[in-house]
Amino acid sequence: MKEQMYEEMVNAGKPKSAVLQNCARAFLVGGIICAVAQILYNLLMSAGFTRDDTGLLVAAILTVTTILLTALRIYDRVGKFGGAGSFVPITGFANAIAAPAIEHKKEGLVLGVGAKMFLIAGPVIVYGTLASVIVGIIYYFVR
Amino acid sequence: MDIFWAFVVGGLICVAGQLLVDLTKLTSARILVFFVVLGCILGGIGVYDRLVDFAGAGATVPLPGFGNLLARGVKRAVDERGLIGVLTGGFTAMAGGVTVAVVFGYLAALVSSPGMKD
Repeated sequence: MKEQMYEEMVNAGKPKSAVLQNCARAFLVGGIICAVAQILYNLLMSAGFTRDDTGLLVAAILTVTTILLTALRIYDRVGKFGGAGSFVPITGFANAIAAPAIEHKKEGLVLGVGAKMFLIAGPVIVYGTLASVIVGIIYYFVR
Repeated sequence: MDIFWAFVVGGLICVAGQLLVDLTKLTSARILVFFVVLGCILGGIGVYDRLVDFAGAGATVPLPGFGNLLARGVKRAVDERGLIGVLTGGFTAMAGGVTVAVVFGYLAALVSSPGMKD
């Protein structure tokens, strides 16, 4: 009986602590990426860029950096450690474009790099566009 | 202080994503789609910009921020061009970010090959 109870406790505790650890890592990695972005944002704003241009430049800097780290196989490791902390920020979007592009290079520049680049980014763009159209139509009638 | 709140809020949004991974077994692609659509809806009703005011990059850098960017873009386009703006706003808003990712993703694929592990 005791052994059985112990086993149940172990089984109950195992996934929970794994989830807890994953969440702590996601918090840390995602938080650091956003904090770095905020530092870049503050620097560019104080350099006199408009709010819109600053937003784009920060995204561009994060994207280029991530793609470089993806090509060097470093972002992979960030992903293994950070989980959602690495794929939820915009850096994850950049990684999702560069990684399959590199991975499927052998299938050619058109159907390999060109098509596989949008393996994950494609659905995000498709559903984002659909959502924006619906928001736009509703906004037109209620504004 | 804004850096601290960017860290906390950005981290928490990622924790939400991690909980979806661990508790629902949704694939990361589905979670990203969900976050973008969610961000677009929250942006559409004007709620997400309040989080942006509070958390800055902590709200704009995670994928819901991308959805919010689309909502903001389409609203601006509708203000300027009426219903035609519905067709241009979302894509216009994401144009810069997607172009950077495509150009540099392509260059990375040209210079890097899949066998280059460590």
